[in-house]
Amino acid sequence: MRCIKNKIEHNGSGTVTLCPDEPEDMWHAYNLIRPGDILRASAIRRVTTVQDTGSTSSARVHLNLVIRVKNLDFDPQSSQLHVSGQIINETPHTKIGQFHTLDLELNRNFTLEKEVGADGEGVGWDSIAIESLKDAVDEGGKRRAEAVAVVMQEGLAHICFIGQFQTILKQKIEMSVPRKRQGGGDHDKGMNKFFKVTLETLLRQMEFNTSLTSGANNEAVRPVLLASPGFVAAGFQKYIQSEASTTTPGLKRLLPSLVVVHSTSGYTNSLSEVLQSPAVKSLLADTKYARETKLMDDFLEQLRKETNKATYGPREVDYAVEQGAVGRGGGVLIVSNRLFRSQDIAERKRWVALVDRVRDVEGGDVRILSSDHESGKRLEGLGGIAALLTFPVIEPDLDSDAE
Amino acid sequence: MSRHRIKDIDYDDDDFYDEDAPADPEEQEFLQQCTAAVLQQLGAGQPSVTATKGEVQDALWHYYNDIEKSVNYLRGKREKEATKLQKSKIQSVPAYPAPPSTAHFSAADFFRDCPWLNVPSHRKSDILIEPLFPRLGLLGGAPENGGKLSKLAALAAARKKKEAEKTPSPPETSTSSTPKPEQPKTSSLDHSGVSRSLRDRLAASGRSTPKASEGPGSLRHVATPSSPHSISKQPDSENRRPSVSKASESTQREVLEAKEEPVSQQTLPTIRASPSTFASTIVGAATGPTAAEPSHLHSNSSDLLRIYGQDHAEPFDFAAPSPDDVVLNAQNTAKGMKSKSAASKSAAVKKGQSDLAGGMKDLSVEDKVTVKSKNLDVISEYKKSTRKRSANFVVIGHVDAGKSTLMGRLLADQGAIDQRTLDRYRREAEKIGKGSFALAWVMDQGSEERARGVTIDIATNQFETDKTAFTIVDAPGHRDFVPNMIAGASQADFAVLVIDSSVGNFESGLKGQTKEHALLVRSMGVQKIVVAVNKMDTVQWDHERFEEIEQQISAFLTTAGFQDSNISFVPCSGSLGDNISRRTDDPHASWYTGRTLIEELETSEPYTHALEKPLRMTIGDVFRGGVQSPLSISGRIDAGSLQMGDHILIMPSGETATVRSLEVDSEPSDWAVAGQNVVLNIANIDPIHLRSGDVVCRPSSPIPTITSFTAKVLAFEHLMPMQVDVHRGRLHVPGRISKLVASLDKASGAAIKKRPKIVGPGVVARVVVEMDQAVPLEAPTRIVLRAGGSTVAAGLLE
Repeated sequence: MRCIKNKIEHNGSGTVTLCPDEPEDMWHAYNLIRPGDILRASAIRRVTTVQDTGSTSSARVHLNLVIRVKNLDFDPQSSQLHVSGQIINETPHTKIGQFHTLDLELNRNFTLEKEVGADGEGVGWDSIAIESLKDAVDEGGKRRAEAVAVVMQEGLAHICFIGQFQTILKQKIEMSVPRKRQGGGDHDKGMNKFFKVTLETLLRQMEFNTSLTSGANNEAVRPVLLASPGFVAAGFQKYIQSEASTTTPGLKRLLPSLVVVHSTSGYTNSLSEVLQSPAVKSLLADTKYARETKLMDDFLEQLRKETNKATYGPREVDYAVEQGAVGRGGGVLIVSNRLFRSQDIAERKRWVALVDRVRDVEGGDVRILSSDHESGKRLEGLGGIAALLTFPVIEPDLDSDAE
Repeated sequence: MSRHRIKDIDYDDDDFYDEDAPADPEEQEFLQQCTAAVLQQLGAGQPSVTATKGEVQDALWHYYNDIEKSVNYLRGKREKEATKLQKSKIQSVPAYPAPPSTAHFSAADFFRDCPWLNVPSHRKSDILIEPLFPRLGLLGGAPENGGKLSKLAALAAARKKKEAEKTPSPPETSTSSTPKPEQPKTSSLDHSGVSRSLRDRLAASGRSTPKASEGPGSLRHVATPSSPHSISKQPDSENRRPSVSKASESTQREVLEAKEEPVSQQTLPTIRASPSTFASTIVGAATGPTAAEPSHLHSNSSDLLRIYGQDHAEPFDFAAPSPDDVVLNAQNTAKGMKSKSAASKSAAVKKGQSDLAGGMKDLSVEDKVTVKSKNLDVISEYKKSTRKRSANFVVIGHVDAGKSTLMGRLLADQGAIDQRTLDRYRREAEKIGKGSFALAWVMDQGSEERARGVTIDIATNQFETDKTAFTIVDAPGHRDFVPNMIAGASQADFAVLVIDSSVGNFESGLKGQTKEHALLVRSMGVQKIVVAVNKMDTVQWDHERFEEIEQQISAFLTTAGFQDSNISFVPCSGSLGDNISRRTDDPHASWYTGRTLIEELETSEPYTHALEKPLRMTIGDVFRGGVQSPLSISGRIDAGSLQMGDHILIMPSGETATVRSLEVDSEPSDWAVAGQNVVLNIANIDPIHLRSGDVVCRPSSPIPTITSFTAKVLAFEHLMPMQVDVHRGRLHVPGRISKLVASLDKASGAAIKKRPKIVGPGVVARVVVEMDQAVPLEAPTRIVLRAGGSTVAAGLLE
């Protein structure tokens, strides 16, 4: 995402003009835009006009609409963001107060305005918003690690796209592969068919051109991680190799980017294992994802050791921050960005205040994990918030009567 | 024959195939209902007609299960037969009945007790006019002997009429009303003239004239009240001579009346004026000579209407079938004849001509398979059967402990595998440099397994000793295939734990899957475990080594929850076959005097299974059994019983299927009960609805599918809200622990700490698990939770 114009005032209100240029930017926009914000974007609207004679004609017109956001709808599979709200600018074709749903498009600017009202309604550009804006704009121009992971087991494969902020499950392939039987050759046949379907789907999802002529343009092929328990992934790699050497030579371009990794199951749960394996670590070094995964592992390790230096859950973390345990010297607050997406302004304010307190007052570290990543999902299971503490905190039995 | 020409048109063929619709159970049931209805109506109607079931079904088949049509047809057929019988004897039946005369009454007398225009309702007749044509087309068109009536038939008709007057007539057979007996027909006809066609009125008046003149016809009529000149219920005749039929109908009524009060009628004076000249010219038959001639054909009167064809004079009766309908009916009839003959050709193979409709059930165009259930009482059948005691055991242990080899040896020794196959395996194994794996190849049939020398999936095999029929489930030892091992363990009654006794391997195994497997089988409910200390030849049958292993393992197994009495140790060597089915002759092993492995296996006690409970079977595999059985599933019946022809429900897809045939332990059988390993050859389901891990149950008692459950589990590792894989037999689904409800006291089950943050290993806890997809699970079921390639907990669904 490119930042075209940035006019954020000190009090937190202001406008930002952004130009999304890759699908993942939609996810950023989804995190930036909140209900109550004012969004200006180009739109196509069907306008019906009634003539004096009573005849009607409808036309599609290009408009620049400004809406006050009511609702956001994000489709992670196709990376589309639909923002609906009421129109607040006058145009020849629309009236103020009419509803419109803006579909943000790639390479089209949109302007986002957040206001802070005099009496504190609206949250404006708070620290979290500014941080996610920085993430979105990617000023440093860091390497964007992207990989395709195929997590599989016998008869089951998940094709996932791993981006810096998101892991998108693109397709799930499920086939019934006959088990081995006395004197039956169905299993091998079934596996071959399964590989065939998986490969076809993978190529389609990657938009990989297998024709030889297109191989000349030397576009970079993203790394493809093949992960499975046992020998399924290795078998799949072998299958691709044999395909490349026999029927589809265009596949040869794909071969160097294949990495076979071990995982414990064919479900997306095991993606975290995949990303921890040394082969992948070297491939996706220092991506946000890798850092997040590492952080979650550290946290779970602490939890496992029962040192009381790790805690999770909203109330427990609140209590720990109160005690000053999430401070300088190792205190880490881990928050899922889902909490900031809350529709409830008070709820969001609460978490923003907590984050600000830890960062600015306590001096602790704050990590905001993407809820669309595997590590974020693990965090979700813990209630969306967790903390590594500087000293053990024995919390009072908060929940003896809570149930 | 224009009809035949129509029949040859192409679209007829399409119809023909439609008629050959499959006889599925619903349709058959409907057919049975219809048959019963038709038979009842035939019996109830007048005259009561009997027909064989086959005939009725035949008729129903032709009339697309239209009861009314079928009754009419059958009735017509019977009457036709009856008429034919008489035909040879009685020849002289006039084609046109004599004009009847019943008008011997006085209006004054009739209305004597009625005030003016205030006729009591019981006097009012309510006449329904029989349609000109039969309402529905009949087979065979109009018979040749339409108008000719036998005495018998007339009698029958009369009796029928009488019956119909007594009781409300069945709707199809009698379209006429139930006139009051004392009400003369002519008057009622005249009174209700509004609703009648001109023709009828003409007929009525034509009839009345002779009465007025007291012509010979009326004389004749009175003289022969039972003369056979009408069968109103012979609709065929009406196709040709509608007016005749009309007339005959009323004549018939008069026959009745004539019978009832013949004397009074004769003495009644006529009150009718004689027709005008014009009327007699138009209608004719005003005077005596006409009446003398029974048929209009021979009439010398100038009946203008008849000269120009009766159709001109007929107002169109819309209640009757339209001419198009008549043609269509005729076509249908013809078609029916045709398909009937076609069907009979094929049906004749199995059944007689009479059972035609029944035979059609067995013929079907669709591939819908109906399997006849033998309706056995499976439980009593099971009790009667004198099968050998059967036992399933699972072979577990760390990878490369020699599980498959040991089992291969066992099978070879028991003769379950022949020497030639074994030699072939040995040759092939040596060819790829894995000579020591030859015995394992008995179990490891997969090409990948053989190439890598590792068991990947469970393999089952059977062998029998004198006492018991054993089913071996050989589980993989590799940690990646623990899900497969769980599937195997869920089928087992007891377990054989194989331990590699060689230096270093035992220790690494203990750390590896030896413990995990043992814990798993225990948590799957296995009570008895036989520990086979394998590869004793590599340590020269060192007694101390054996004791060391025995000590360590028994200590561990006891903590895992096995009772001492259920643990036994056997030192053996799989590759040499020592102490497996024969005692070792190695002098170093003389210290061992206990049982061999096979003897140890035979000490297993028989296991009882929940036969009476509703059917539950987890699908282990879905495959193509062969040409005869294109779709088969295998697994072990967890509860309940099953027989051939049963309808089963597959959950979670919710699709039903039919069991075509089934095999128990690779032998064809009619039934199977819980605890048996079965292969079901099924039909009427798309294989897409079948996955391994699905549950087979009965439609009457389906297993619920759930997305969340509470379980009491024993933690093997730290539990916290985390993502886990849920295993139950072959079922393997991702899920997450969403809540730690409480940690519990191991002995009492009372809660120690509510909502713990984390549950340590060895602690019993109650947890809530959520899954992304609905899964067929019901309490009480043993489940295993795994995460990151290791088993984190196992327990019981609540």
